[in-house]
Amino acid sequence: MAIKIEMPKLSDTMEEGVIASWNVKEGDKVSAGDIIAEVETDKATMEVEAFDEGTVLKILVDEGDAVPLGGLMAVLGEEGEDISDILEGAGNGDSGESEEKAEAKESAAEDKEESKSSEDSTTLTSPKSETSSSSSSDDGRIKASPLARKMAEDKGINLENVQGSGPGGRIIKVDIEEYKETAQPAAASAAAFQSLESREVKVSQMRKTIGRRLSESKFSSPHFYETIDIDMKAAMAARSSMNEANDVKISFNDIVVKACSIALTRHQAVNSSWYGDIIKEHGDVHVAVAVAIDEGLMTPVIRHSDKKGLLQISSETRELAGLARDRKLQPEQMEGSTFTISNLGMFGIEEFTAIINPPNACILAVGAIRDVPVVENGEVVPGKRMKVTLSSDHRIVDGAKAAEFLNTVKNLLENPLSMLL
Amino acid sequence: MAELQFREAIREAIDEEMAREEKVFIMGEEVAEYNGAYKATEGLLDKYGYKRVIDTPISELGFAGIGVGAAMNGLRPIVEFMTFNFAVLAADQIINHASKAGYMTGGQISMPIVFRGPNASAGQLGATHSVAYDSMYAHFPGLKVIYTSEPDDAKGLLKSAIRDDNPVLFMESEQMYGMKGEVSEEEDYIIPIGKGKIKREGSDVTVVAHGKMYHVAKQAAAQLEKDGVDVEIIDPRTVKPLDLPLIVESIKKTNRCVVVDEAHPFAGFAAEIGFLIQREAFDYLDAPVQRVTLPDVNAPFAKNLFDAWLPDAKNVIEAVNKVTYRN
Repeated sequence: MAIKIEMPKLSDTMEEGVIASWNVKEGDKVSAGDIIAEVETDKATMEVEAFDEGTVLKILVDEGDAVPLGGLMAVLGEEGEDISDILEGAGNGDSGESEEKAEAKESAAEDKEESKSSEDSTTLTSPKSETSSSSSSDDGRIKASPLARKMAEDKGINLENVQGSGPGGRIIKVDIEEYKETAQPAAASAAAFQSLESREVKVSQMRKTIGRRLSESKFSSPHFYETIDIDMKAAMAARSSMNEANDVKISFNDIVVKACSIALTRHQAVNSSWYGDIIKEHGDVHVAVAVAIDEGLMTPVIRHSDKKGLLQISSETRELAGLARDRKLQPEQMEGSTFTISNLGMFGIEEFTAIINPPNACILAVGAIRDVPVVENGEVVPGKRMKVTLSSDHRIVDGAKAAEFLNTVKNLLENPLSMLL
Repeated sequence: MAELQFREAIREAIDEEMAREEKVFIMGEEVAEYNGAYKATEGLLDKYGYKRVIDTPISELGFAGIGVGAAMNGLRPIVEFMTFNFAVLAADQIINHASKAGYMTGGQISMPIVFRGPNASAGQLGATHSVAYDSMYAHFPGLKVIYTSEPDDAKGLLKSAIRDDNPVLFMESEQMYGMKGEVSEEEDYIIPIGKGKIKREGSDVTVVAHGKMYHVAKQAAAQLEKDGVDVEIIDPRTVKPLDLPLIVESIKKTNRCVVVDEAHPFAGFAAEIGFLIQREAFDYLDAPVQRVTLPDVNAPFAKNLFDAWLPDAKNVIEAVNKVTYRN
């Protein structure tokens, strides 16, 4: 009895998954518990395991293609089993399309075989004349005659945009000439200056999610911003002495996480979520830390950060950030935050405003620590200052409440010993 | 211009050079009494006598060696082979002695000798009478190789060959001796060795063809013209030294090339041209160079097989279609 393998729901917000890689191929035998594929969800790449045993009879989705939740990814069964009814009734747009693709690939492979068999005979006088002409490789490189390459280079035409009319899609002289006629007039002159190529990048699942969620946040929750300047001299001194005594190095961000966590316990309005009819004031403090990775942005969560010491916050943050960069974060490690901190201080950004990470009420944007002249006792002396900006959802947090929270954070950072209290 | 047969053009060249220079003499099988196996030397015995028109026994190595010795001693021999297919017997004299004498004596000895005769197949003469040797001799340094296609070229180039102080192999096609063509009546008509000729101007594809294959290419070009393909034909005339710049310039114009060669494919003239073109004109090529050659098979005797074996216009058209991507 054939078994359908369908796209599982791997996170709360997932609507579709992209096959990052297949660990099995058609004809492979699998047992329950075997990891058969890696699926890219909104934020993480998750392993999909088989729940049954059998032979992989058909893989319906190519790597890199998306499948909606519940969509058919593959069929498991006994070798030689007829699964045509399953494939027909797949009712999965993606699978149909990928079947076509698979067929196209197969026929391309056959073509290749054929052209191989009619090897490049050097004589034309043999009774059987060659019909198919030279090279046809499927390795994805652009085939163009030397002349076409030269012409494209001279005219600044990107061969990727040119349709080849020669054998196996080889781009030849006439293709470049005809391309020129339809090309943008500015293209040729602009080409002299451009070193980067324009291209279209498929929006990844993560980028889609980031886009959707941040738009929702920015467009639905009325943001307002308050900035405060914090004297970091004491925090810096405290950090140096702590780092001298410990193997784990504590960062300024860890100190900010700790300070915010304490402040959140004192200002519950900031530690809240808006649900339309109700405002939920969270009993626990879970601070998310924004981590930039190549593909986008992730927000791993330090749970109960108010109850954790700096050392633990530091090591947890480090570990989670590492997982985020490797795309190994599990959904539970990214969910349930009550407040978020975004720090661009390491990039030298003095101050900025961040977009609230829903369903949080606020996000704190942390800037760099600057050397600034400050007036102390009537004299200008060197000082260390850091600007933080709180973005707040005005439906929950009002200006004064945000200010009170910021002042608490400021006091904690300027008097780090008070965090011990 | 006078219309002459190929054999008459050759005879004129030899006659004029013998008249001009006493050191020039001709020797070979049946060149004297019989007036030449293909009548290329007709009347020369009567005109120049036994000392300068010499019949030899059937002994290619022997009389080629006499020719080499004579050239070493200051004479200018023309050695006629009944066919270059038999001249393989004399290959030691040609390859080891004629080609190397100047080199090995530091230039003290010059080698003003011409070896001439029919090259390649004549028709149904079997495998041992049908080989094109121009590629093979062109392989060796020190030898100049000419394989002419028309009476005019034959006259002008043979005169140059006789005057050359280096050994020259001058090849003719047995099937072309009766072929007529306009020959320049210019006094002392000379065509320099190493200069090819655009024999048909065209813009779509360059066909390089020499010797008998020039005529095959010409036939193909006429057919292709009806199909709207404008073929340019280049006859390099001398295989070595080769007029490569002429070919390269043509390819810069047409971007496509077909080489038609009467020899077998491996390491032959067509292979060499193909290599040189990719080296010198890579950025001008819109298609891989195609070649039309004999198959890598010896000449069959049976007429139907022989006709299938020898490159013809149809083969050239196929190759042109391939390089112009018309299928």
